Amino acid sequence: MINTPVPKPSPIIVHAENLSKHYGKLCVVDGISFQINQGEFCGILGPNGAGKTTTLKMLVGNTPSTSGKLTVLGLPIPQQAREMRGRIGVVPQADNLDPDFTVVENLRVYGRYFGLKRTEVEKRITELLGFVALEEKADACINQLSGGMKRRLSIARALINRPELLILDEPSTGLDPQIRQNIWQLLRQLQREGLTIILTTHYMDEAERLCGRIILMDHGHILADRTPEELVRERIEPHVLEVFGTSVKAWKMANPLTGPIRCEQVGETCFYYGADLTSLVKTLDGWPGLRYDYRPANLEDVFLKMTGRELRDG
Amino acid sequence: MANHLLRWLAVWFRNALAWRKSIKTALLGGLAEPLFNLFALGYGLGHFVGEVDGITYIAFLTAGIISLSSMNAATFEGLYLAYTRMAVLKTWEGMMAAPLSIGDIVMGELLWMASKSLISASLILLVASGFGLTADWHVLWVLPIAALSGFCFGSMALVMTSYAQSYDFFVYYITLGVTPMILLGGVFFPPDALPGIIRQGSACLPLYHIVEMIRPLVSGRFAWTLLTHLIVPLAFTLISTMFAIWRFKRRLLR
Ligand SMILES: Nc1ncnc2c1ncn2[C@@H]1O[C@H](COP(=O)(O)OP(=O)(O)OP(=O)(O)O)[C@@H](O)[C@H]1O
Ligand SMILES: [Mg+2]
Repeated sequence: MINTPVPKPSPIIVHAENLSKHYGKLCVVDGISFQINQGEFCGILGPNGAGKTTTLKMLVGNTPSTSGKLTVLGLPIPQQAREMRGRIGVVPQADNLDPDFTVVENLRVYGRYFGLKRTEVEKRITELLGFVALEEKADACINQLSGGMKRRLSIARALINRPELLILDEPSTGLDPQIRQNIWQLLRQLQREGLTIILTTHYMDEAERLCGRIILMDHGHILADRTPEELVRERIEPHVLEVFGTSVKAWKMANPLTGPIRCEQVGETCFYYGADLTSLVKTLDGWPGLRYDYRPANLEDVFLKMTGRELRDG
Repeated sequence: MANHLLRWLAVWFRNALAWRKSIKTALLGGLAEPLFNLFALGYGLGHFVGEVDGITYIAFLTAGIISLSSMNAATFEGLYLAYTRMAVLKTWEGMMAAPLSIGDIVMGELLWMASKSLISASLILLVASGFGLTADWHVLWVLPIAALSGFCFGSMALVMTSYAQSYDFFVYYITLGVTPMILLGGVFFPPDALPGIIRQGSACLPLYHIVEMIRPLVSGRFAWTLLTHLIVPLAFTLISTMFAIWRFKRRLLR
Protein backbone atom coordinates (compact mmCIF):
# COMPACT_ATOMS: atom_id res chain seq x y z
CA MET A 1 0.00 0.00 0.00
CA ILE A 2 1.15 3.48 -0.82
CA ASN A 3 1.26 5.73 2.18
CA THR A 4 -0.37 8.99 1.25
CA PRO A 5 0.80 11.66 3.66
CA VAL A 6 -1.80 12.34 6.29
CA PRO A 7 -3.04 15.89 5.74
CA LYS A 8 -2.01 18.13 8.60
CA PRO A 9 -5.04 18.98 10.76
CA SER A 10 -6.13 22.53 10.18
CA PRO A 11 -4.94 24.80 12.95
CA ILE A 12 -8.17 26.76 12.64
CA ILE A 13 -10.47 25.50 15.37
CA VAL A 14 -13.37 27.92 15.01
CA HIS A 15 -14.19 30.02 11.99
CA ALA A 16 -17.24 32.28 12.19
CA GLU A 17 -18.25 34.61 9.41
CA ASN A 18 -21.03 37.15 9.75
CA LEU A 19 -22.80 35.03 12.29
CA SER A 20 -26.21 36.32 13.40
CA LYS A 21 -28.96 35.11 15.67
CA HIS A 22 -32.44 36.60 15.86
CA TYR A 23 -35.18 35.63 18.27
CA GLY A 24 -38.22 36.96 16.45
CA LYS A 25 -37.47 40.67 16.01
CA LEU A 26 -34.81 40.67 18.69
CA CYS A 27 -31.30 40.54 17.26
CA VAL A 28 -29.12 38.85 19.88
CA VAL A 29 -25.97 38.25 17.82
CA ASP A 30 -25.43 40.68 15.00
CA GLY A 31 -23.08 39.57 12.26
CA ILE A 32 -19.95 38.66 14.23
CA SER A 33 -16.81 37.26 12.58
CA PHE A 34 -13.82 35.72 14.32
CA GLN A 35 -11.37 32.90 14.04
CA ILE A 36 -9.82 30.87 16.84
CA ASN A 37 -6.64 28.94 16.23
CA GLN A 38 -5.34 25.81 17.83
CA GLY A 39 -3.88 26.29 21.29
CA GLU A 40 -5.50 29.67 21.90
CA PHE A 41 -7.13 30.56 25.21
CA CYS A 42 -9.90 32.92 24.22
CA GLY A 43 -12.19 34.78 26.62
CA ILE A 44 -15.54 36.18 25.57
CA LEU A 45 -16.48 39.15 27.73
CA GLY A 46 -19.56 41.29 27.78
CA PRO A 47 -22.36 42.61 30.02
CA ASN A 48 -25.43 40.49 30.81
CA GLY A 49 -27.38 39.80 27.66
CA ALA A 50 -24.48 40.62 25.36
CA GLY A 51 -24.99 37.37 23.46
CA LYS A 52 -22.15 35.29 24.89
CA THR A 53 -24.11 32.18 25.77
CA THR A 54 -26.00 32.41 22.49
CA THR A 55 -22.70 32.51 20.60
CA LEU A 56 -21.47 29.44 22.46
CA LYS A 57 -24.76 27.65 21.78
CA MET A 58 -24.30 28.27 18.08
CA LEU A 59 -20.73 26.95 18.25
CA VAL A 60 -21.91 23.75 19.88
CA GLY A 61 -24.67 23.38 17.31
CA ASN A 62 -27.51 23.63 19.81
CA THR A 63 -29.12 26.61 18.18
CA PRO A 64 -29.10 27.31 14.46
CA SER A 65 -27.76 30.69 13.38
CA THR A 66 -30.15 32.97 11.52
CA SER A 67 -27.45 33.76 8.97
CA GLY A 68 -23.71 33.46 8.50
CA LYS A 69 -21.18 30.71 8.14
CA LEU A 70 -19.66 28.65 10.93
CA THR A 71 -17.16 25.82 11.03
CA VAL A 72 -15.80 24.17 14.17
CA LEU A 73 -12.87 21.74 13.88
CA GLY A 74 -13.28 22.06 10.14
CA LEU A 75 -16.86 20.76 10.22
CA PRO A 76 -19.79 22.87 9.02
CA ILE A 77 -22.18 23.71 11.89
CA PRO A 78 -24.99 22.87 12.47
CA GLN A 79 -24.94 20.29 9.63
CA GLN A 80 -22.24 18.14 11.24
CA ALA A 81 -22.67 19.31 14.81
CA ARG A 82 -23.07 15.82 16.22
CA GLU A 83 -19.76 14.61 14.81
CA MET A 84 -18.09 17.80 16.01
CA ARG A 85 -19.48 17.43 19.54
CA GLY A 86 -17.79 14.06 19.77
CA ARG A 87 -14.50 15.98 19.66
CA ILE A 88 -15.19 18.89 22.03
CA GLY A 89 -16.03 19.33 25.70
CA VAL A 90 -18.65 21.68 27.11
CA VAL A 91 -19.02 23.04 30.65
CA PRO A 92 -22.46 24.69 30.87
CA GLN A 93 -23.30 27.95 32.67
CA ALA A 94 -25.40 26.00 35.21
CA ASP A 95 -24.24 22.52 36.24
CA ASN A 96 -26.40 19.72 34.86
CA LEU A 97 -24.83 16.79 36.66
CA ASP A 98 -27.09 13.84 37.32
CA PRO A 99 -28.18 13.96 41.00
CA ASP A 100 -29.33 10.33 40.84
CA PHE A 101 -25.76 9.18 40.40
CA THR A 102 -22.45 9.17 42.21
CA VAL A 103 -19.41 11.01 40.92
CA VAL A 104 -18.05 7.97 39.11
CA GLU A 105 -21.44 7.03 37.69
CA ASN A 106 -21.85 10.53 36.29
CA LEU A 107 -18.60 10.15 34.38
CA ARG A 108 -19.38 6.60 33.30
CA VAL A 109 -22.80 7.48 31.93
CA TYR A 110 -21.40 10.51 30.16
CA GLY A 111 -18.62 8.45 28.59
CA ARG A 112 -21.30 6.24 27.06
CA TYR A 113 -22.87 9.22 25.33
CA PHE A 114 -19.61 9.51 23.41
CA GLY A 115 -19.66 5.85 22.46
CA LEU A 116 -16.42 5.22 24.36
CA LYS A 117 -15.40 1.69 25.25
CA ARG A 118 -15.96 0.61 28.81
CA THR A 119 -12.30 -0.08 29.62
CA GLU A 120 -11.29 3.23 28.09
CA VAL A 121 -13.88 5.10 30.16
CA GLU A 122 -12.76 3.46 33.39
CA LYS A 123 -9.15 4.36 32.69
CA ARG A 124 -10.12 7.91 31.82
CA ILE A 125 -12.22 8.23 34.99
CA THR A 126 -9.24 7.39 37.16
CA GLU A 127 -7.10 9.97 35.37
CA LEU A 128 -9.76 12.66 35.55
CA LEU A 129 -10.61 12.15 39.21
CA GLY A 130 -6.93 12.61 39.92
CA PHE A 131 -6.76 15.71 37.75
CA VAL A 132 -9.65 17.46 39.52
CA ALA A 133 -8.73 16.00 42.94
CA LEU A 134 -12.01 14.18 43.53
CA GLU A 135 -10.63 10.68 44.13
CA GLU A 136 -11.95 10.67 47.69
CA LYS A 137 -15.40 11.60 46.49
CA ALA A 138 -15.55 8.93 43.79
CA ASP A 139 -18.56 7.21 45.33
CA ALA A 140 -20.21 10.26 46.83
CA CYS A 141 -23.59 11.44 45.63
CA ILE A 142 -23.80 14.72 43.77
CA ASN A 143 -25.80 16.47 46.50
CA GLN A 144 -22.97 15.77 48.96
CA LEU A 145 -20.58 17.85 46.87
CA SER A 146 -19.80 21.52 47.41
CA GLY A 147 -20.28 24.00 44.60
CA GLY A 148 -16.59 23.92 43.80
CA MET A 149 -16.51 20.13 43.64
CA LYS A 150 -19.51 20.08 41.31
CA ARG A 151 -17.81 22.57 39.04
CA ARG A 152 -14.64 20.47 38.98
CA LEU A 153 -16.69 17.39 38.21
CA SER A 154 -18.38 19.26 35.35
CA ILE A 155 -14.94 20.08 33.98
CA ALA A 156 -13.81 16.47 34.36
CA ARG A 157 -16.97 15.31 32.61
CA ALA A 158 -16.29 17.64 29.69
CA LEU A 159 -12.83 16.08 29.32
CA ILE A 160 -14.00 12.47 29.24
CA ASN A 161 -13.56 12.22 25.45
CA ARG A 162 -10.11 13.91 25.32
CA PRO A 163 -11.54 16.92 23.50
CA GLU A 164 -9.65 19.13 21.06
CA LEU A 165 -11.63 22.17 22.15
CA LEU A 166 -13.04 23.01 25.57
CA ILE A 167 -15.91 25.47 25.89
CA LEU A 168 -16.77 26.87 29.33
CA ASP A 169 -19.64 29.23 30.10
CA GLU A 170 -18.77 31.25 33.22
CA PRO A 171 -16.76 28.46 34.84
CA SER A 172 -16.03 30.24 38.11
CA THR A 173 -19.20 32.21 38.77
CA GLY A 174 -20.46 31.78 42.31
CA LEU A 175 -17.31 30.11 43.63
CA ASP A 176 -15.04 31.23 46.44
CA PRO A 177 -11.58 32.68 45.68
CA GLN A 178 -9.73 29.49 46.59
CA ILE A 179 -11.75 27.37 44.21
CA ARG A 180 -11.47 29.98 41.47
CA GLN A 181 -7.69 29.90 41.73
CA ASN A 182 -7.85 26.12 41.71
CA ILE A 183 -9.94 26.10 38.54
CA TRP A 184 -7.61 28.59 36.86
CA GLN A 185 -4.78 26.24 37.68
CA LEU A 186 -6.58 23.35 36.01
CA LEU A 187 -7.39 25.38 32.92
CA ARG A 188 -3.82 26.64 32.60
CA GLN A 189 -2.53 23.10 32.78
CA LEU A 190 -4.97 22.03 30.06
CA GLN A 191 -3.80 24.84 27.84
CA ARG A 192 -0.18 23.88 28.38
CA GLU A 193 -1.08 20.41 27.16
CA GLY A 194 -2.24 21.99 23.91
CA LEU A 195 -5.99 22.23 24.43
CA THR A 196 -7.82 25.11 22.77
CA ILE A 197 -10.10 26.83 25.29
CA ILE A 198 -12.96 29.29 24.94
CA LEU A 199 -14.59 30.70 28.04
CA THR A 200 -17.00 33.44 28.94
CA THR A 201 -16.61 35.33 32.16
CA HIS A 202 -17.68 38.41 34.09
CA TYR A 203 -14.45 38.46 36.08
CA MET A 204 -11.85 40.76 34.60
CA ASP A 205 -9.08 39.32 36.72
CA GLU A 206 -9.92 35.88 35.40
CA ALA A 207 -9.79 37.05 31.80
CA GLU A 208 -6.60 39.05 32.36
CA ARG A 209 -4.82 36.12 33.96
CA LEU A 210 -5.98 33.29 31.75
CA CYS A 211 -6.79 34.55 28.30
CA GLY A 212 -4.27 35.28 25.63
CA ARG A 213 -7.06 36.85 23.69
CA ILE A 214 -10.25 38.66 24.53
CA ILE A 215 -13.36 39.10 22.45
CA LEU A 216 -15.40 41.89 23.97
CA MET A 217 -19.07 41.73 23.05
CA ASP A 218 -22.03 44.00 23.63
CA HIS A 219 -25.51 44.04 22.09
CA GLY A 220 -24.51 41.20 19.81
CA HIS A 221 -21.51 43.03 18.34
CA ILE A 222 -17.81 42.45 18.79
CA LEU A 223 -16.39 45.68 20.22
CA ALA A 224 -12.80 44.50 20.37
CA ASP A 225 -10.73 41.40 19.68
CA ARG A 226 -7.24 41.77 21.19
CA THR A 227 -4.87 40.50 23.82
CA PRO A 228 -5.63 41.88 27.29
CA GLU A 229 -2.37 43.86 27.21
CA GLU A 230 -3.26 45.45 23.88
CA LEU A 231 -6.69 46.37 25.15
CA VAL A 232 -5.29 48.10 28.20
CA ARG A 233 -2.56 49.79 26.14
CA GLU A 234 -4.70 50.91 23.20
CA ARG A 235 -8.21 51.42 24.46
CA ILE A 236 -7.77 53.42 27.66
CA GLU A 237 -5.68 56.16 29.24
CA PRO A 238 -2.68 54.77 31.15
CA HIS A 239 -3.75 55.83 34.65
CA VAL A 240 -6.89 55.99 36.72
CA LEU A 241 -7.65 57.97 39.84
CA GLU A 242 -10.71 56.99 41.85
CA VAL A 243 -11.85 59.50 44.42
CA PHE A 244 -14.72 58.81 46.79
CA GLY A 245 -16.30 60.29 49.90
CA THR A 246 -19.05 62.71 50.83
CA SER A 247 -17.07 65.84 50.04
CA VAL A 248 -16.28 64.79 46.47
CA LYS A 249 -18.46 67.54 45.01
CA ALA A 250 -16.81 70.30 47.01
CA TRP A 251 -13.33 69.03 46.14
CA LYS A 252 -14.27 68.83 42.49
CA MET A 253 -15.49 72.47 42.48
CA ALA A 254 -12.29 73.60 44.18
CA ASN A 255 -10.07 71.84 41.63
CA PRO A 256 -11.23 72.45 38.07
CA LEU A 257 -9.65 70.07 35.54
CA THR A 258 -6.77 71.16 33.38
CA GLY A 259 -5.24 69.27 30.49
CA PRO A 260 -6.36 66.06 28.77
CA ILE A 261 -8.10 64.36 31.65
CA ARG A 262 -11.39 62.54 31.34
CA CYS A 263 -13.76 62.38 34.27
CA GLU A 264 -16.75 60.17 35.03
CA GLN A 265 -18.88 60.51 38.11
CA VAL A 266 -20.91 57.63 39.53
CA GLY A 267 -22.74 58.59 42.71
CA GLU A 268 -20.13 59.76 45.18
CA THR A 269 -17.20 58.37 43.25
CA CYS A 270 -15.23 60.21 40.58
CA PHE A 271 -13.09 58.38 38.05
CA TYR A 272 -10.30 60.32 36.35
CA TYR A 273 -8.47 58.92 33.37
CA GLY A 274 -5.26 60.36 31.93
CA ALA A 275 -1.58 59.89 31.20
CA ASP A 276 -0.38 61.61 34.36
CA LEU A 277 -2.68 62.47 37.23
CA THR A 278 -0.09 63.18 39.92
CA SER A 279 -0.97 66.87 40.04
CA LEU A 280 -4.54 65.94 40.72
CA VAL A 281 -3.51 63.47 43.42
CA LYS A 282 -1.57 66.28 45.18
CA THR A 283 -4.72 68.40 45.52
CA LEU A 284 -6.25 65.62 47.61
CA ASP A 285 -3.85 66.25 50.49
CA GLY A 286 -6.00 68.86 52.15
CA TRP A 287 -9.15 66.70 52.05
CA PRO A 288 -9.04 64.16 54.86
CA GLY A 289 -12.69 63.16 54.27
CA LEU A 290 -11.84 61.78 50.83
CA ARG A 291 -10.36 58.43 49.99
CA TYR A 292 -8.67 57.69 46.73
CA ASP A 293 -6.91 55.08 44.66
CA TYR A 294 -4.36 56.03 42.03
CA ARG A 295 -3.36 53.11 39.83
CA PRO A 296 -2.52 51.96 36.30
CA ALA A 297 -5.61 51.30 34.17
CA ASN A 298 -6.74 47.68 33.95
CA LEU A 299 -9.10 45.53 31.91
CA GLU A 300 -12.09 46.46 34.02
CA ASP A 301 -11.57 50.12 33.14
CA VAL A 302 -11.48 49.19 29.45
CA PHE A 303 -14.62 47.11 29.87
CA LEU A 304 -16.53 49.93 31.55
CA LYS A 305 -15.31 52.48 29.03
CA MET A 306 -16.33 50.38 26.05
CA THR A 307 -19.64 49.04 27.30
CA GLY A 308 -20.76 52.04 29.35
CA ARG A 309 -21.76 52.28 32.97
CA GLU A 310 -25.52 51.95 32.76
CA LEU A 311 -27.04 48.84 34.31
CA ARG A 312 -28.15 45.91 32.15
CA ASP A 313 -31.01 43.69 32.94
CA GLY A 314 -30.81 40.36 31.18
CA MET B 1 -28.00 1.72 12.05
CA ALA B 2 -25.63 0.00 14.47
CA ASN B 3 -24.28 3.41 15.42
CA HIS B 4 -27.76 4.78 15.92
CA LEU B 5 -28.64 1.91 18.18
CA LEU B 6 -25.48 2.42 20.19
CA ARG B 7 -26.40 6.05 20.82
CA TRP B 8 -29.98 5.16 21.78
CA LEU B 9 -28.66 2.54 24.15
CA ALA B 10 -26.45 5.14 25.84
CA VAL B 11 -29.62 7.05 26.75
CA TRP B 12 -31.36 3.82 27.69
CA PHE B 13 -28.43 2.87 29.91
CA ARG B 14 -28.66 6.15 31.83
CA ASN B 15 -32.34 5.59 32.61
CA ALA B 16 -31.86 1.93 33.40
CA LEU B 17 -29.12 2.79 35.88
CA ALA B 18 -31.30 5.42 37.57
CA TRP B 19 -34.16 2.92 37.76
CA ARG B 20 -31.95 0.21 39.20
CA LYS B 21 -30.85 2.55 41.97
CA SER B 22 -34.42 2.91 43.20
CA ILE B 23 -35.65 -0.52 42.21
CA LYS B 24 -37.55 -1.23 45.42
CA THR B 25 -39.88 1.75 45.25
CA ALA B 26 -40.10 1.45 41.49
CA LEU B 27 -41.29 -2.14 41.67
CA LEU B 28 -43.60 -1.56 44.60
CA GLY B 29 -45.29 1.38 42.90
CA GLY B 30 -45.48 -0.22 39.50
CA LEU B 31 -46.48 -3.70 40.54
CA ALA B 32 -48.43 -3.65 43.80
CA GLU B 33 -51.24 -1.47 42.53
CA PRO B 34 -52.08 -3.49 39.41
CA LEU B 35 -51.96 -6.70 41.43
CA PHE B 36 -54.27 -5.28 44.11
CA ASN B 37 -56.67 -4.27 41.36
CA LEU B 38 -56.42 -7.62 39.67
CA PHE B 39 -57.17 -9.72 42.72
CA ALA B 40 -59.60 -7.42 44.52
CA LEU B 41 -61.69 -6.64 41.48
CA GLY B 42 -61.09 -10.00 39.84
CA TYR B 43 -62.30 -12.10 42.74
CA GLY B 44 -64.55 -9.53 44.41
CA LEU B 45 -66.36 -8.19 41.38
CA GLY B 46 -65.92 -11.50 39.58
CA HIS B 47 -68.13 -13.09 42.21
CA PHE B 48 -71.08 -11.07 40.96
CA VAL B 49 -70.14 -10.87 37.31
CA GLY B 50 -69.45 -14.53 36.71
CA GLU B 51 -68.19 -15.16 33.20
CA VAL B 52 -67.43 -12.61 30.49
CA ASP B 53 -67.09 -13.70 26.87
CA GLY B 54 -66.85 -17.30 27.99
CA ILE B 55 -64.01 -16.87 30.52
CA THR B 56 -63.97 -16.13 34.24
CA TYR B 57 -63.96 -12.44 35.08
CA ILE B 58 -60.53 -12.60 36.70
CA ALA B 59 -59.05 -14.22 33.59
CA PHE B 60 -60.77 -11.52 31.56
CA LEU B 61 -59.39 -8.85 33.86
CA THR B 62 -55.85 -10.25 33.79
CA ALA B 63 -55.46 -9.22 30.15
CA GLY B 64 -56.93 -5.81 30.93
CA ILE B 65 -54.57 -5.20 33.83
CA ILE B 66 -51.52 -6.28 31.82
CA SER B 67 -52.47 -3.87 29.04
CA LEU B 68 -53.25 -1.12 31.52
CA SER B 69 -50.01 -1.37 33.42
CA SER B 70 -47.95 -1.52 30.25
CA MET B 71 -49.66 1.71 29.25
CA ASN B 72 -49.28 3.32 32.67
CA ALA B 73 -45.61 2.47 32.97
CA ALA B 74 -44.77 4.18 29.69
CA THR B 75 -47.16 7.07 30.22
CA PHE B 76 -45.75 7.92 33.64
CA GLU B 77 -42.20 7.67 32.35
CA GLY B 78 -42.97 9.75 29.27
CA LEU B 79 -44.80 12.49 31.15
CA TYR B 80 -43.37 13.02 34.61
CA LEU B 81 -39.95 11.46 34.45
CA ALA B 82 -39.09 12.61 30.94
CA TYR B 83 -40.24 16.12 31.82
CA THR B 84 -38.05 16.04 34.91
CA ARG B 85 -35.04 15.01 32.86
CA MET B 86 -35.72 17.60 30.20
CA ALA B 87 -36.77 20.66 32.19
CA VAL B 88 -35.72 20.16 35.81
CA LEU B 89 -32.51 18.13 35.91
CA LYS B 90 -31.40 19.29 32.43
CA THR B 91 -30.17 15.78 31.74
CA TRP B 92 -31.06 16.25 28.08
CA GLU B 93 -29.01 19.42 27.95
CA GLY B 94 -26.01 17.38 29.03
CA MET B 95 -26.76 14.82 26.35
CA MET B 96 -27.06 17.57 23.75
CA ALA B 97 -23.55 18.73 24.61
CA ALA B 98 -22.38 15.20 23.79
CA PRO B 99 -22.70 13.66 20.33
CA LEU B 100 -26.40 12.85 20.70
CA SER B 101 -29.12 14.46 18.63
CA ILE B 102 -32.69 15.17 19.73
CA GLY B 103 -33.72 12.14 17.67
CA ASP B 104 -31.23 9.95 19.54
CA ILE B 105 -32.51 11.19 22.89
CA VAL B 106 -36.18 10.59 22.01
CA MET B 107 -35.44 7.13 20.63
CA GLY B 108 -33.37 6.20 23.67
CA GLU B 109 -36.12 7.41 25.98
CA LEU B 110 -38.72 5.42 24.02
CA LEU B 111 -36.59 2.32 24.14
CA TRP B 112 -36.48 2.71 27.89
CA MET B 113 -40.26 3.28 28.14
CA ALA B 114 -40.83 0.11 26.13
CA SER B 115 -38.51 -1.71 28.52
CA LYS B 116 -40.50 -0.49 31.49
CA SER B 117 -43.74 -1.65 29.92
CA LEU B 118 -42.13 -4.98 29.22
CA ILE B 119 -40.90 -5.33 32.79
CA SER B 120 -44.24 -4.45 34.25
CA ALA B 121 -46.19 -6.76 31.92
CA SER B 122 -43.78 -9.65 32.53
CA LEU B 123 -44.07 -9.42 36.28
CA ILE B 124 -47.87 -9.35 36.27
CA LEU B 125 -47.91 -12.18 33.79
CA LEU B 126 -45.62 -14.17 36.04
CA VAL B 127 -47.85 -13.70 39.06
CA ALA B 128 -50.99 -14.39 37.04
CA SER B 129 -49.50 -17.61 35.66
CA GLY B 130 -48.66 -18.65 39.19
CA PHE B 131 -52.35 -18.34 40.02
CA GLY B 132 -53.28 -20.34 36.93
CA LEU B 133 -54.82 -17.37 35.18
CA THR B 134 -53.06 -17.90 31.86
CA ALA B 135 -53.88 -20.66 29.40
CA ASP B 136 -50.86 -21.81 27.39
CA TRP B 137 -47.44 -20.81 26.03
CA HIS B 138 -48.99 -18.47 23.46
CA VAL B 139 -49.19 -16.05 26.31
CA LEU B 140 -45.51 -15.25 25.67
CA TRP B 141 -46.63 -13.24 22.64
CA VAL B 142 -47.94 -10.77 25.17
CA LEU B 143 -44.40 -9.57 25.78
CA PRO B 144 -43.67 -8.00 22.37
CA ILE B 145 -47.13 -6.48 22.43
CA ALA B 146 -46.42 -4.94 25.84
CA ALA B 147 -43.24 -3.47 24.38
CA LEU B 148 -45.20 -2.04 21.46
CA SER B 149 -47.64 -0.62 23.97
CA GLY B 150 -44.66 1.06 25.66
CA PHE B 151 -43.49 2.65 22.41
CA CYS B 152 -47.02 3.72 21.57
CA PHE B 153 -48.05 5.31 24.87
CA GLY B 154 -44.53 6.52 25.55
CA SER B 155 -44.42 8.46 22.30
CA MET B 156 -47.88 9.87 22.91
CA ALA B 157 -46.78 11.00 26.38
CA LEU B 158 -43.67 12.62 24.91
CA VAL B 159 -45.83 14.68 22.57
CA MET B 160 -47.59 16.05 25.68
CA THR B 161 -44.28 16.63 27.42
CA SER B 162 -43.03 18.61 24.44
CA TYR B 163 -45.79 21.15 25.12
CA ALA B 164 -45.60 21.09 28.93
CA GLN B 165 -44.47 24.14 30.88
CA SER B 166 -45.08 22.47 34.27
CA TYR B 167 -46.27 19.19 35.72
CA ASP B 168 -49.81 20.58 36.06
CA PHE B 169 -50.25 20.40 32.31
CA PHE B 170 -50.31 16.60 32.42
CA VAL B 171 -53.61 16.61 34.33
CA TYR B 172 -55.35 17.48 31.05
CA TYR B 173 -53.90 14.49 29.27
CA ILE B 174 -54.56 12.13 32.16
CA THR B 175 -58.17 13.22 32.72
CA LEU B 176 -59.20 13.85 29.14
CA GLY B 177 -57.07 11.24 27.40
CA VAL B 178 -55.87 8.41 29.58
CA THR B 179 -58.83 7.89 31.90
CA PRO B 180 -61.50 7.76 29.16
CA MET B 181 -59.25 5.45 27.17
CA ILE B 182 -59.02 3.06 30.12
CA LEU B 183 -62.80 3.04 30.54
CA LEU B 184 -63.57 2.69 26.84
CA GLY B 185 -60.65 0.48 25.88
CA GLY B 186 -62.03 -2.73 27.35
CA VAL B 187 -59.77 -2.99 30.37
CA PHE B 188 -62.48 -3.65 32.97
CA PHE B 189 -65.44 -4.61 30.77
CA PRO B 190 -65.95 -5.41 27.09
CA PRO B 191 -66.71 -2.31 25.01
CA ASP B 192 -69.66 -4.24 23.54
CA ALA B 193 -71.54 -3.16 26.63
CA LEU B 194 -71.34 0.46 25.49
CA PRO B 195 -73.77 2.30 23.18
CA GLY B 196 -73.02 1.78 19.48
CA ILE B 197 -71.44 5.12 18.67
CA ILE B 198 -69.07 5.05 21.63
CA ARG B 199 -68.14 1.47 20.78
CA GLN B 200 -67.07 2.56 17.32
CA GLY B 201 -65.10 5.37 18.93
CA SER B 202 -63.11 2.95 21.06
CA ALA B 203 -61.87 1.21 17.90
CA CYS B 204 -59.79 4.34 17.26
CA LEU B 205 -58.02 4.05 20.61
CA PRO B 206 -54.69 2.24 20.64
CA LEU B 207 -55.39 0.76 24.08
CA TYR B 208 -58.46 -1.02 22.73
CA HIS B 209 -56.33 -2.84 20.17
CA ILE B 210 -53.64 -3.70 22.67
CA VAL B 211 -56.29 -5.25 24.91
CA GLU B 212 -57.89 -7.04 21.96
CA MET B 213 -54.56 -8.70 21.18
CA ILE B 214 -53.55 -9.52 24.72
CA ARG B 215 -56.85 -10.97 25.88
CA PRO B 216 -57.03 -13.95 23.49
CA LEU B 217 -53.35 -14.66 24.10
CA VAL B 218 -53.90 -14.84 27.84
CA SER B 219 -56.99 -17.01 27.58
CA GLY B 220 -55.58 -19.46 25.00
CA ARG B 221 -57.39 -18.23 21.92
CA PHE B 222 -54.43 -17.42 19.73
CA ALA B 223 -55.26 -16.58 16.10
CA TRP B 224 -53.25 -15.00 13.29
CA THR B 225 -56.08 -12.58 12.61
CA LEU B 226 -55.07 -10.82 15.82
CA LEU B 227 -52.28 -9.21 13.80
CA THR B 228 -54.75 -6.76 12.28
CA HIS B 229 -54.90 -5.11 15.69
CA LEU B 230 -51.28 -4.05 15.26
CA ILE B 231 -52.20 -1.39 12.72
CA VAL B 232 -53.66 1.26 15.02
CA PRO B 233 -50.99 1.10 17.76
CA LEU B 234 -48.23 1.07 15.14
CA ALA B 235 -49.72 4.09 13.40
CA PHE B 236 -49.98 5.97 16.68
CA THR B 237 -46.38 5.06 17.52
CA LEU B 238 -45.01 6.21 14.20
CA ILE B 239 -46.88 9.47 14.06
CA SER B 240 -46.35 10.43 17.72
CA THR B 241 -42.64 9.60 17.56
CA MET B 242 -42.04 11.74 14.50
CA PHE B 243 -44.19 14.51 15.91
CA ALA B 244 -42.44 14.42 19.29
CA ILE B 245 -39.01 14.64 17.66
CA TRP B 246 -40.14 17.58 15.56
CA ARG B 247 -41.63 19.30 18.58
CA PHE B 248 -38.56 18.82 20.79
CA LYS B 249 -36.31 20.11 18.02
CA ARG B 250 -38.40 23.26 17.86
CA ARG B 251 -38.48 23.60 21.60
CA LEU B 252 -34.91 22.77 22.56
CA LEU B 253 -32.84 23.91 19.58
CA ARG B 254 -33.79 27.57 19.72
N1 LIG C 1 -34.49 31.25 23.70
C1 LIG C 1 -34.51 32.58 23.70
N2 LIG C 1 -35.60 33.25 23.27
C2 LIG C 1 -35.62 34.60 23.26
N3 LIG C 1 -34.61 35.37 23.67
C3 LIG C 1 -33.50 34.78 24.11
C4 LIG C 1 -33.39 33.35 24.15
N4 LIG C 1 -32.18 33.04 24.65
C5 LIG C 1 -31.56 34.21 24.89
N5 LIG C 1 -32.35 35.25 24.58
C6 LIG C 1 -32.00 36.68 24.71
O1 LIG C 1 -30.80 36.89 24.04
C7 LIG C 1 -30.01 37.85 24.71
C8 LIG C 1 -28.61 37.33 24.88
O2 LIG C 1 -28.63 36.26 25.76
P1 LIG C 1 -27.33 35.45 26.18
O3 LIG C 1 -27.78 34.38 27.11
O4 LIG C 1 -26.59 35.06 24.96
O5 LIG C 1 -26.51 36.54 26.97
P2 LIG C 1 -25.17 36.38 27.78
O6 LIG C 1 -24.19 37.30 27.15
O7 LIG C 1 -24.79 34.97 27.91
O8 LIG C 1 -25.61 36.98 29.18
P3 LIG C 1 -25.20 36.53 30.68
O9 LIG C 1 -23.93 37.24 30.96
O10 LIG C 1 -26.31 37.08 31.51
O11 LIG C 1 -25.08 35.05 30.73
C9 LIG C 1 -30.73 38.18 26.00
O12 LIG C 1 -31.36 39.42 25.83
C10 LIG C 1 -31.72 37.07 26.15
O13 LIG C 1 -32.89 37.55 26.78
MG1 LIG D 1 -24.62 33.59 29.52
